[in-house]
Amino acid sequence: MISFHSVEMRINDVSIIQKLDLQIKAGELFVLIGPSGCGKTTTMKMINRLIEPTSGRIEINGEDVSLADPVELRRNIGYVIQQIALFPHMTIGQNVSLVPRLKKADQAQYEKKVDELLDMVGLDPKVFKNRYPAELSGGQQQRVGVIRAMAADPPIILMDEPFSALDPISREQLQDEFVRLQKTIKKTIVFVTHDMDEAIKISDRICLMNNGAVVQVDSPEKLLQRPANSFVADFIGIKRLKGAQERQAVSSAKKATLPRWSIS
Amino acid sequence: MSEFIQFIQERHEQILLLIWEHSYISFIAVMAGFLVSVPLGIILTRTEKMNRYVIGFVNILQTIPSLALLGLMIPLLGIGAVPAIVALFLYSLLPMLRNTFTGIMEVDPALKEAAKGMGMTSFQILWKVELPLAISIIMGGFRTATIYTISWATLAAVIGGGGLGYLVFTGLGVANDNMLLTGALATAMLATIADFITRKIQNVCTPKGLRSNRAN
Repeated sequence: MISFHSVEMRINDVSIIQKLDLQIKAGELFVLIGPSGCGKTTTMKMINRLIEPTSGRIEINGEDVSLADPVELRRNIGYVIQQIALFPHMTIGQNVSLVPRLKKADQAQYEKKVDELLDMVGLDPKVFKNRYPAELSGGQQQRVGVIRAMAADPPIILMDEPFSALDPISREQLQDEFVRLQKTIKKTIVFVTHDMDEAIKISDRICLMNNGAVVQVDSPEKLLQRPANSFVADFIGIKRLKGAQERQAVSSAKKATLPRWSIS
Repeated sequence: MSEFIQFIQERHEQILLLIWEHSYISFIAVMAGFLVSVPLGIILTRTEKMNRYVIGFVNILQTIPSLALLGLMIPLLGIGAVPAIVALFLYSLLPMLRNTFTGIMEVDPALKEAAKGMGMTSFQILWKVELPLAISIIMGGFRTATIYTISWATLAAVIGGGGLGYLVFTGLGVANDNMLLTGALATAMLATIADFITRKIQNVCTPKGLRSNRAN
């Protein structure tokens, strides 16, 4: 579990994050969303101490992260970024096994893990393990980017707009795969995006931020049904809100009529 | 033409000796330059305040006319090979320092961030990410410096440093065209060979994933 306690972050008196209190449950896919400059990426990067808060406390399973060794902390938290950033001078196998190698894990063990992970995202290890990133398509590269964060089996994975640089078709595919993947691995994932459709599709809970503060934290259904204020409603957009309300109306109508039809 | 060949046949021992002198003066100067400028270039990438001054200073060194720099060496270090090597060393610094610095600075910041976020120490980021990605540019600087130094080393003869410049300047002085031509051609030949060898070194140093830039 990750918890933020009155976390604030300022740069030269400009407030970036204001008094943030947040609980992220173990095993949930938690999406941080909001307009550019709302502080969502900053919030995420404070978890693995790429950015240090000005005040307040962030805890992982009750332990204050500011007391941990940042290098050690980061090796135990997966990290995926928008630019994919596979190391072009390393093979796919070397890229994926990077963190286990940094942790001096047993080679036979991590090689096996790399093969498993490649299989999991549909990249045949025999074909892809010894290739270089430049030889892969964008979608294939980001699949590798995602599994690279999982190689050392970290309980927490941070993802900063991982799919936004992809073309719409690969993006849809990767989102679907990702949802399936998360069902089997059940990691705690903090996922930053600015794409509401993506957030609704993949998340367990959505945290909508604006101007460095949390506006609403809820499941996608609740967010759609009961936006806390006009900012939330605007951000979600009329179309999605209407769609959600219609679906709800249809499903409640179905529920009401079902008993008459049902044989059981 | 036959006179030229005759000249080479008569003087071949001296010519070979001068080629050897020329080579080792250049080699020592470039190697020393490499050993100083690469670590210095790396340090400069870590100290943002200092880099402008140091690169500015090395830039000034480069703009001193080569003859003048060699002349300046005489009161400091006297005449002979040593002052020539020192002067050539100072000249070789800039291309390698600049390439090391820009090579590392131009590594994609996203890669550095990914490396940091995955838990690499700053030394590991340098050693496993920045240097492998910059090495081709660094060795490009080494190549430029080597070729320049070989041509500048011709001037070493002016302060008694020996090398193929001896043939060029003596040939000029006594109006011996064959001598002049031998010196000039031998220098050009040395520079061409150095270009070939350093290009090979540069290719070998470039990591494999950066050499094959084909995507499906």
